[in-house]
Amino acid sequence: MYDRTVRRRRITLGLLVAAALLLLTVYFGEGAGGGLHSVQRGALEVLAPVQEGASRVLKPARDLVGWAGDTISAKGRLEDLETSNAALRRQALAGSEARRQNAQYEKLLALDRRLGLAAAAPVAARVIAQSPTAWFSTITIDQGSSRGIAVGAPVVTGDGLVGQVTTVTGGASVVTLITDSAIAVPARVSATGAPGVVQPGAGGPGDLRLKYVARRFRVGPDAAVVTSGTISQAERLQSRYPPGIPIGYVTRVEDPGTDNQKIFVRPYADLQRLETVQVLTRPINGNRGS
Amino acid sequence: MSGRGKSLAWRLVLLGALTVIIQIAAVSQLTIFGARADLTPLVVAAVALLCGSVAAAGFGFGIGLFSNLALVQTVGLSSLLLLGIGYAIGRFRELRDPQGALVPVIAGVAATAADRIGFSVMEFLLGTPVPLGWTLVLEILGTVAVNAVLALPVYALVRALVLPVLPEDPRRRRRRAYTTGGLSPLSRS
Repeated sequence: MYDRTVRRRRITLGLLVAAALLLLTVYFGEGAGGGLHSVQRGALEVLAPVQEGASRVLKPARDLVGWAGDTISAKGRLEDLETSNAALRRQALAGSEARRQNAQYEKLLALDRRLGLAAAAPVAARVIAQSPTAWFSTITIDQGSSRGIAVGAPVVTGDGLVGQVTTVTGGASVVTLITDSAIAVPARVSATGAPGVVQPGAGGPGDLRLKYVARRFRVGPDAAVVTSGTISQAERLQSRYPPGIPIGYVTRVEDPGTDNQKIFVRPYADLQRLETVQVLTRPINGNRGS
Repeated sequence: MSGRGKSLAWRLVLLGALTVIIQIAAVSQLTIFGARADLTPLVVAAVALLCGSVAAAGFGFGIGLFSNLALVQTVGLSSLLLLGIGYAIGRFRELRDPQGALVPVIAGVAATAADRIGFSVMEFLLGTPVPLGWTLVLEILGTVAVNAVLALPVYALVRALVLPVLPEDPRRRRRRAYTTGGLSPLSRS
């Protein structure tokens, strides 16, 4: 019984394999007009309407699966577009950032040209940290002694004076701003030449005072205050700041024409949003005016 | 041939015809993640697991021939491949009688892989220009992956169709044999 079953199975398999090989051989051996090809064409003709009918009947099922596939694919496309959109937004931001930085550099360059600061070996630097206190009295920049920056070097932006370097490392420096109480800047009123010293006021982080202005000098609002540079002929009284760098403008004056006149100054530079600065690494002619 | 045998044969013919038509009219036109499902090897594997090697070999031959005729492919090629696949899986079931729930999936994946690779190799050997390379590999892998997902539902459908006309459910037969002692190894002693 077992042998007969095995034999029958093997015979069936052998016949099927032989039939398949025969079909293959005949199909390859005959031309396009041969019997098997004709049968195939006939089968196609018979099956074509069936296939068409089946295709129509199965269209809803196909659409359903296709809809699911399209939804998944659309989701994928959405993700692709979102990624692309994010990349374009980054590019746009980088572009606007570059434009803004370019404007700052242009202002710096204009200041350099106007005041002839190119001889002061200016070093451009980016602000990499800012004091987290409400007073914003120090910033950290990404250039240090390796670029010739030393303690005491004045720091400017295209708008005007920012402060001076107080700490230097090889690749970074700390700049103390002119609003810090440790800083005093020899200054003068640009229009009248009235000399004085700019120091932080007590009112707020943005307030400066022009002090020690003689009563014979009348100072009005909106007058520009600039650095005076070195006035004394004595070598040891040399100013750290070149002359003519804009500091700020007078906002108001209390008790004008007296020895106690209080001149309030607002800095030109936006000290709370500094991004690019320039460090003047070399004094020109002892920071004396020409 | 007994009544059940005739009924099984007719059901298998119907199953084969439906499979090819559905494959051509619907499934072949759908891509899932860039891959197309191929129901033919899945159905052959399911028939092999349920009906055994001889029936599966005959079914594979028939469905392959029908498929080659309908798709105007090389006649006899799919017949040869699918009868071999059906026979091999059927013999595996007869000799090992695997019982895991994932057996249909494994059998479907093996059948699909053997069918796709075998078809490509045979076409290549017969001189048909085959896009050898990563494109072909990815297509084969994609079809195998999609078929792995479809294997269980296809097996369930085939089982529902042919089980009523099978001589006896192999699982029921084995359980009864052991519980009654008829085929128990202990009863031989």
